[in-house]
Amino acid sequence: MLVGIKDSFKLFGVSIICCCAVLVCTMFLNFAIDLKSIGDIISTPDARVLYDAQLMTSKVVIAATGLCLLLTSVVTMLFHVKHFIDRHKKDLGILKALGHSNIKIARNFAVFGLSVFVGCIVGFGLAYAVMPRFYALQNKDAIMPDVPLVFHGEVLVYFVILPALAFSAIAVLYACYKLKQPVLSLLKEAAAEGGKKHVSAEKDETPFLKGLSLSVLKGKKVLAFFICFSAFCFSSLIQMGASMDELSSEMMGAMMIIIGVVLAVTTLILAIVTVVNSNRQTIAVMRAFGYTDMQCINSVLGIYRPFAYAGFALGTVYQFGLLKVMVAIVFKDIAGVPEYSFDFAVMAITLAVFIVAYEGLTLLCAKGIKRISLRQIMSE
Amino acid sequence: MIEIKDVKKSYGVGESSTQVLKGINLLIEDGSFVVILGASGSGKSTLLNVISGLEKPDCGQVLYDGKDICALSDKELTAFRKDTVGFVFQQYFLLPNMTVDKNVRMGADLALNKDYRNIIAAVGLEDKLKKYPSQLSGGEQQRVSIARALAKKPRVLFLDEPTGALDENTGRQVLDYLIGLQKEYKFTMIMVTHNQNIAETADRVVAINSGLIQDDIKNQSIKSAYEIGW
Repeated sequence: MLVGIKDSFKLFGVSIICCCAVLVCTMFLNFAIDLKSIGDIISTPDARVLYDAQLMTSKVVIAATGLCLLLTSVVTMLFHVKHFIDRHKKDLGILKALGHSNIKIARNFAVFGLSVFVGCIVGFGLAYAVMPRFYALQNKDAIMPDVPLVFHGEVLVYFVILPALAFSAIAVLYACYKLKQPVLSLLKEAAAEGGKKHVSAEKDETPFLKGLSLSVLKGKKVLAFFICFSAFCFSSLIQMGASMDELSSEMMGAMMIIIGVVLAVTTLILAIVTVVNSNRQTIAVMRAFGYTDMQCINSVLGIYRPFAYAGFALGTVYQFGLLKVMVAIVFKDIAGVPEYSFDFAVMAITLAVFIVAYEGLTLLCAKGIKRISLRQIMSE
Repeated sequence: MIEIKDVKKSYGVGESSTQVLKGINLLIEDGSFVVILGASGSGKSTLLNVISGLEKPDCGQVLYDGKDICALSDKELTAFRKDTVGFVFQQYFLLPNMTVDKNVRMGADLALNKDYRNIIAAVGLEDKLKKYPSQLSGGEQQRVSIARALAKKPRVLFLDEPTGALDENTGRQVLDYLIGLQKEYKFTMIMVTHNQNIAETADRVVAINSGLIQDDIKNQSIKSAYEIGW
């Protein structure tokens, strides 16, 4: 089989994103359903206000987290399918030349849905593990009657079965679409169709390293999104988590920080490894010619740096806006909720940690490229 | 002057270890054209990698004007490669998403060479500046690779089977360009090949077999690329 189960597990990034999304969404959807079941027995005005606020919070969290992470999972999945097809162009071309139809080849890509299933089921299980504590914290002052924790089979269908099936279908359809090209163009390596869009070389006096950076970015634009998203998650979730102990609970705060770090690190490593791997030959030749390791790594990774810091800035604005809206609209009638204002200290610390982590990872990569040798590339 | 003293190199560890170079001694004069001739698996490419500083030998010395490059740190070795050597490979290794101009500039920028387009003209590709490697024939791609290596003004040019992937006519043409450029720019040229006919174009032929030098002959009658068999 062209695409094996092993290939599916290489999509651990998709699994982690799905796990985080399902963890948060399951907790809040399950809570919202159970909360609705006690709607009729709420009698006091204070309890009604808290009930409405928590129902609204659940909807906002499910929509914001679910949609954002769903979009990211889809993009990550499509990117991986495209990357897989690009890397195995020759094999796919041979299969087509032997008479296999596009749909017959594309059907193999359904196995990629397995990574989504694994991520979702783990997230679902984790959600049920932390839900008792989560329910207790949501009603810690006992303003409302106790919210019973009930297992809802439909949540399992919405967040585990349907996503796995949908992602399998997306992978097959996208693979089918990408395979719609003549056998010869699949067999012919590295055709630079992007060439037509480039500036006239006679007038182009851009130095080589700058030209290489631009070419790397043009070749892997979607990685700019991943790097931006990774910084966005890091910035927004950590800053939000740090503010949560005042607005919600320490548990929610800790959860957000953990999800933020896991999502950011996974996406960033995935993006950096993809950039470096797809430029291994270039790096090997550059090193043979006498370019330093830092020059090599900066020319392939440096171009993404502005996207990382833009993602951080966006995340800061997003978390501030979201918390401001939550406090001003959702919790406006609840007594004791402190007024939310921007926390510069938390932002400065998060930024410092982000700079150290991002630049540290880049430096680690520079060390790692010492292992990329021409001998290795030649033998491939 | 390049002096290779008792160079040995093995790959693998323990019982699976294979000694590829078993004690090579060689003296290469500046400005000469040396062909290292050998069959597949003879150790000729490993020898080229060791002489050029791409790989370190297990023991022995590779001296450039008396300075042992095997004793250099990674940083010093990078600087050495930048200032001294150029490479041409059988698989070309051009950057697929960059034009001919930018591919050659990769070498030129290292030597701050602003006149690199003269080299592109010298290999007959001045009208292909805006083309991408995929839009060129095999012979043209190899000429780009030669221009890229020469644009960094190397003292020594290393070539690993530069005509190995080319048909006879294109191979002769590329070889002719190389011989002409070597005479014009007077760099040392060390070429690895399994093609005995190509050896007839060199000043000197070093035959290698099973990791040892078998023969070291100075050519009495040097032929042009169009006079040899293929």
